[in-house]
Amino acid sequence: MDALQIAAVILLLLFIIKPLGSYIYHVFSNEPNKTDKFFAPIEKCIYAICGMKNRAPMTWKKYTISLLLTNIVFVAAGYVILRLQQFLPLNPNGIKNMEPTLSFNTIASFMTNTNLQHYSGETGLSYFSQMTVIMMMMFASAATGIVVAIAFIRGITTKGNTIGNFFEDFIKGHTRLLMPMSIILTLVLVGLKVPQTLDPSITLTTLEGAKQVIAIGPVAALEAIKHLGTNGGGFFGANSAHPFENPTPLTNVIEILSMWCIPASLTYTYGRFAKKQKQGWIVFGAMSILFVAFLALIYFAESNGNPALTAMGLDPSQGSMEGKEVRFGIAQSALFSTVTTAATTGTVNNMHDTLTPLGQITPLSLMMLNTVFGGDGVGLVNMLMYAIIGVFICGLMVGRTPEFLGRKIEPKEMKLIAVALLAHPLLILGPTALAFLTELGKGAISNPGFHGISQVLYEFTSSAANNGSGFEGLGDNTLFWNISTGLVMLLGRYVSIISLLAVAGSLVRKQPIPETIGTFRTDHLLFVGILVGVVLIVGALTFLPVMALGPIAEYLSIR
Amino acid sequence: MFKIIRLALLMIVVCGIAYPLAMTGLAQMIFHDQANGSLIKEKDGKVVGSELIGQNFKSPQYFHGRVSSIHYDAAASGSNNYGPTNKEMLKRTNESINLLKKENPGVDTKDIPVDLITNSGSGLDPDISVKAAKFQVDRVSKATGVSRAQLNSLIDDTTKGRSLGLFGEPRVNVLELNIKLQKLLKS
Repeated sequence: MDALQIAAVILLLLFIIKPLGSYIYHVFSNEPNKTDKFFAPIEKCIYAICGMKNRAPMTWKKYTISLLLTNIVFVAAGYVILRLQQFLPLNPNGIKNMEPTLSFNTIASFMTNTNLQHYSGETGLSYFSQMTVIMMMMFASAATGIVVAIAFIRGITTKGNTIGNFFEDFIKGHTRLLMPMSIILTLVLVGLKVPQTLDPSITLTTLEGAKQVIAIGPVAALEAIKHLGTNGGGFFGANSAHPFENPTPLTNVIEILSMWCIPASLTYTYGRFAKKQKQGWIVFGAMSILFVAFLALIYFAESNGNPALTAMGLDPSQGSMEGKEVRFGIAQSALFSTVTTAATTGTVNNMHDTLTPLGQITPLSLMMLNTVFGGDGVGLVNMLMYAIIGVFICGLMVGRTPEFLGRKIEPKEMKLIAVALLAHPLLILGPTALAFLTELGKGAISNPGFHGISQVLYEFTSSAANNGSGFEGLGDNTLFWNISTGLVMLLGRYVSIISLLAVAGSLVRKQPIPETIGTFRTDHLLFVGILVGVVLIVGALTFLPVMALGPIAEYLSIR
Repeated sequence: MFKIIRLALLMIVVCGIAYPLAMTGLAQMIFHDQANGSLIKEKDGKVVGSELIGQNFKSPQYFHGRVSSIHYDAAASGSNNYGPTNKEMLKRTNESINLLKKENPGVDTKDIPVDLITNSGSGLDPDISVKAAKFQVDRVSKATGVSRAQLNSLIDDTTKGRSLGLFGEPRVNVLELNIKLQKLLKS
């Protein structure tokens, strides 16, 4: 039954990819199409309000600067709201202003599509902040990621000087993609019992006569964009494990598909832009192979139960249920954990801190690789970066100038890619080491021993990968953690975006060279193997040692 | 720059205010009960709970839910996040095992349902496994005088299957089960 329900979800995804991928292509190809009739007037209105009548195509530099400036303005606006939420409307539960370092962390977290949460939604944010900061940024950060992917794809598939107009892409990402999908998804979720109200918490007397207060709020609207935008920040502290965020296995499946569909479909969009659908399927295939391997690992680890409890004489046949919900069981929990860290969403329906040692390896690895589907947009770009590294390595082996989609890959591009490639492990391993050197970092560990190493490692991996899930036992709402993870999230997001857009800007200007018999084919099954190999080798060389100190050591201690 | 500030303000208004408010309006109109937390009301309209949120049951005449470090206080949510080798977790598990063995004399450790002695992720899990419900039948029967057969059929009535017959796990909503039990006792 478990294998069947997992296979059913994957099958549903396969049905979505082609229609959604083509739709995204039509949205951003800037050729006239049927959807213009409905959306173009709305966009015209927005352009008029923002004074964007003139939308000339941009060079990569202009595109990147526009992207950064827009993100900076959003950050400033969000920060002010969090610091003043006490005085703003829609605060029925009387929540106080958020303190400066926590506000910094929260804003960095939501603008970078990370959604690491050092606050608890029930007690830390007013309804106004949940809506105008959290929800607004969930749209904006997802749209930012998607337009990066589109700009990058244009860079490697078109010829000229420009990679599009940032504002046009950004606004279309909202109006044609994220907003309509969110509206439909919200209503579906409410129909399946996810609350959507502005009333304050409910107080009632339980069957045993005790008083129970139930926090509630506009949950469904947030849930929709939280998953579609691969954001992951929950309305409640327990995130999608909370029965109001994720009441039934059916909502669980819907949430899985909604966070998975855009990153997966973008591979198809890429194939459309490249005018060779196979290119897209090759990338999708490589992602899927890695995905299934890591899914199998967590599923088997969790369904075998916690060895420490089995040693007490308990029956392991139910699997490891600590930190999981009965309605999801092992299959829906393992699948959710794999998708949320593959698509770097960071929403959780079970507590990752409580995973068995081998089970922890799956979320950690997927965030370290940061390229198996990945967050909206950025995941595809990361995988295409690995594809370029792949042709580069193959080129070196046979002594030919490497080419990708008919463009020569030269030292300039490889240097930029090296920056993006190296920033990620540096941002994970450097701060992790730093945290262990100071009492400020070590003091936060709540699970002593090898698991404590994993807690710190997970926090920085999640920040650098812009995932946002956590080993939540970590006492992370302190000055040290707020500032350090805030910086890691910002660098983890923008260093790679800038360098990869620079690669796109450089490739778009190159004269395409015709395909010959000696051309290394990237639309061949062989290339799937090369992609998977490159990703795994680079990942293993970088992260295996630290993995051995955390989860693997913990596994060996209770095996 | 002013263009971008205008864009940011517009996004706050559209995505941050108009979208959630419109959704709230629509949701309240179309799905009123679901949008307000799926509350369970008695005939006189008194709210006794939400079908989605678990309650703390400690007395022997009720079926008990899972371990909750927050005691089902739904003003917050979450758990202690104990790792698989955490000493506190092992201690808590040991205590739960001993307590269950005391409540159910003659029970072997390997017969104890694991979901009953582990902390749920949300701390508000409304459900237990069918096995965990049946496990408590002897105790509840002794405390209430309701026959075991009646309790078992009550459990079967309350059991929810997998969604669409495929997704998730079969489960028993503890609050619903206890409400049915209470009605049985009153009648």
